[in-house]
Amino acid sequence: MQYTFIALVENKPGVLNRVASLFRRRNFNIESLAVGRTEKPEVSRMTMVVDCPNGDMDAHKIEANLYKLVNVIDVQDVSRQPSVTRDLALIKVKAAPERRAEVNSLASIFRARIVDVATDSVIVEVTGTEEKIEGMVELLRPLGIMEMVRTGQIAMTRGANAGIRRMPGMEDNGYEYDLEAAEMLP
Amino acid sequence: MKKTGAEIMWECLVREGVEVVFGYPGGANMPIYDAMLNYPIHHVLVRHEQGGAHMADGYARASGKVGVAMGTSGPGATNLVTGIATAMMDSSPVVFITGQVAAHLIGGDAFQEIDVTGITLPITKHNYLVTRADEIAEVVREAFYIARSGRPGPVLIDICKNAQIEQTEFIYPEEVKLLGYQPPARAPQHDLEKAVRLIEKAKRPVILCGHGVIVSGAEEALLHFATKTQTPVASTLLGLGAFPASHPLALGMMGMHGEAHTNLAIQNSDLILAFGMRFDDRVTGNLKTYAPKAKKIHVEIDPSEVHKNVHVDLPLVGDLKNVVSDLVPMVDEYDHDEWLNEINGWKSEADERSIMNWPEDGKLYVAHLVHDLWKATGGGAIITTDVGQHQMWTAQYYALEKPNRWITSGGSGTMGFGLPSAIGAWFANKDQEIWAIAGDGGFQMTAAELTTAVQEGANVKVAIMNNNFLGMVRQWQEFFFEKRYSAVNMVSPDFVKLADAHGVPARRITTREEVDEAIQWARQTPGPVVLEFRVEKEDAVYPMVPAGASLDQMMRRPVRQ
Repeated sequence: MQYTFIALVENKPGVLNRVASLFRRRNFNIESLAVGRTEKPEVSRMTMVVDCPNGDMDAHKIEANLYKLVNVIDVQDVSRQPSVTRDLALIKVKAAPERRAEVNSLASIFRARIVDVATDSVIVEVTGTEEKIEGMVELLRPLGIMEMVRTGQIAMTRGANAGIRRMPGMEDNGYEYDLEAAEMLP
Repeated sequence: MKKTGAEIMWECLVREGVEVVFGYPGGANMPIYDAMLNYPIHHVLVRHEQGGAHMADGYARASGKVGVAMGTSGPGATNLVTGIATAMMDSSPVVFITGQVAAHLIGGDAFQEIDVTGITLPITKHNYLVTRADEIAEVVREAFYIARSGRPGPVLIDICKNAQIEQTEFIYPEEVKLLGYQPPARAPQHDLEKAVRLIEKAKRPVILCGHGVIVSGAEEALLHFATKTQTPVASTLLGLGAFPASHPLALGMMGMHGEAHTNLAIQNSDLILAFGMRFDDRVTGNLKTYAPKAKKIHVEIDPSEVHKNVHVDLPLVGDLKNVVSDLVPMVDEYDHDEWLNEINGWKSEADERSIMNWPEDGKLYVAHLVHDLWKATGGGAIITTDVGQHQMWTAQYYALEKPNRWITSGGSGTMGFGLPSAIGAWFANKDQEIWAIAGDGGFQMTAAELTTAVQEGANVKVAIMNNNFLGMVRQWQEFFFEKRYSAVNMVSPDFVKLADAHGVPARRITTREEVDEAIQWARQTPGPVVLEFRVEKEDAVYPMVPAGASLDQMMRRPVRQ
């Protein structure tokens, strides 16, 4: 199951390396990782999409381990929260002049843009959720994709919604211990 | 006033209360060594940086303060690595300071340049690369705070040579300001109430006492909690000493070489109260069959330890001393006589097999020796060990009443730890009797530090348990590899002559009759002393839970007729 985390980290050299090293060390499988600046110069923001085969248990491990890094300020799990997620892709497609119209019409369906035209290819820029981009890629594939690059997902919760902060011990940790069920056991 | 980076570093160490550093100079830390002469901190010149790292670790564990070890760039720093990892695995607060080539040379493979912050990233709690003098004060302040707070651990500061030399205004940061990093202090009330409900229902509870009890200073809270609820206390290897071994509720060590009755108590319990321990594979055995009937409460300061190996019913995340102290007034008094009697039944059955009840057969057994040492020292010495059979026998037979006197490499199992950590412990407490117990293999890994002990006049007594084997590996080969002995037969130097060459008084002991007198002689001889005990070659540590087996599937010592 894929989970999406937002981590605020100190904007210092080597922090990305610390996070990446942690994921490798603890055997977590990163699907994508996007890093960038925030409104505060001292803070960077990471959006991480991670495969969590054991669901919430893995999500807990990831969050708790991230907090062990001194440079990590905050971690939220936004996987199942109302949020906006975006990925940007540049796709270079084979397109001789007679096929450009076809590419163009596909692009307009996906609200994508053609940002470069060469004699036998075009570059399509598409922004959206992962699913949308996957959909576009599938349609462009028969034309011949020469190159593709994607930024990886970035995410932001809608309105006043926040992600889950799954730290055991915190008063409002969104982490339910099924104690009643445990007590029912023989 | 302007100061050089090196001066600022020493100034900050003095303000942190550092009395002693263990180190080795070299090209990239020469300005630090030059400035050192002007500051009231004692420097111990070690013989190998690994030894220095273990000394700082031993100092930290014996004193509860932050230890400091230093090395130069490149090989100086890489030699520290084993010691850093050892401190990391056992949550020991040590600050490591390494020299680094000048900042403008970084990345150019300069002489003795190695990416030390890269290498030590996974084995430090945090690390820093300092490229400018004006960063030093803040970094040193942070490093000490991070090393000793929360779950303690090693912090490394890699200081570029130019940063040591440059002059800058010295401003001491009164406060440490970190955007992240907030170690949890107390468990929330609603979680404590849930814990009380689980404790109320328990008929067969067991406390698992880990190193966290000692680190957080929760020994007294534990004693109150255990006696009030009449809950027996089993210890991890590093938890030994947190609960008095002579207490009727003390079960001794659990796990792979734990007491049989202790492991049986855990397997048959209905409530486990895990206090500051991390369910290491050496204490749980097979996780699928681990304490199957028990509800589990995990009191732990590091949230990443919760549910890591064992899924628990209730985590109480906070400083253990606070959490247990908060629980004491909330719980009622209980008696668990039936349960305690059942455990005592297993205990008396186990006693029949004990090597302590063997008749004298003219051979020297480590278990007997450790018992004799315990008697001779009144159980009050600081004991450091290496890793292997002698370590387990010492854990089993040197019954500890008090904390901070048991210094051993648990998590990382680092051979060569015994002697240097004893030297470090001596600096923490020079009036205390200190014994380093080592095997013939481990002793030789850091034997060079014997000279350091001589140079410093360190009053440490070294007991080498010489069986001419790498004993624990031999034991595994005997049990699990059809006795095909591979690379375990060890030829050692004449340890008495070796000690003699160092100017260290030494004796060789071959029979049990000589043991007591030799121990007394060592105790009365000032300064370092070496005792070489020629012990039974093919004895094995029992009980033993084979790796991956269920905790109650112990190999027991054969009953001797």
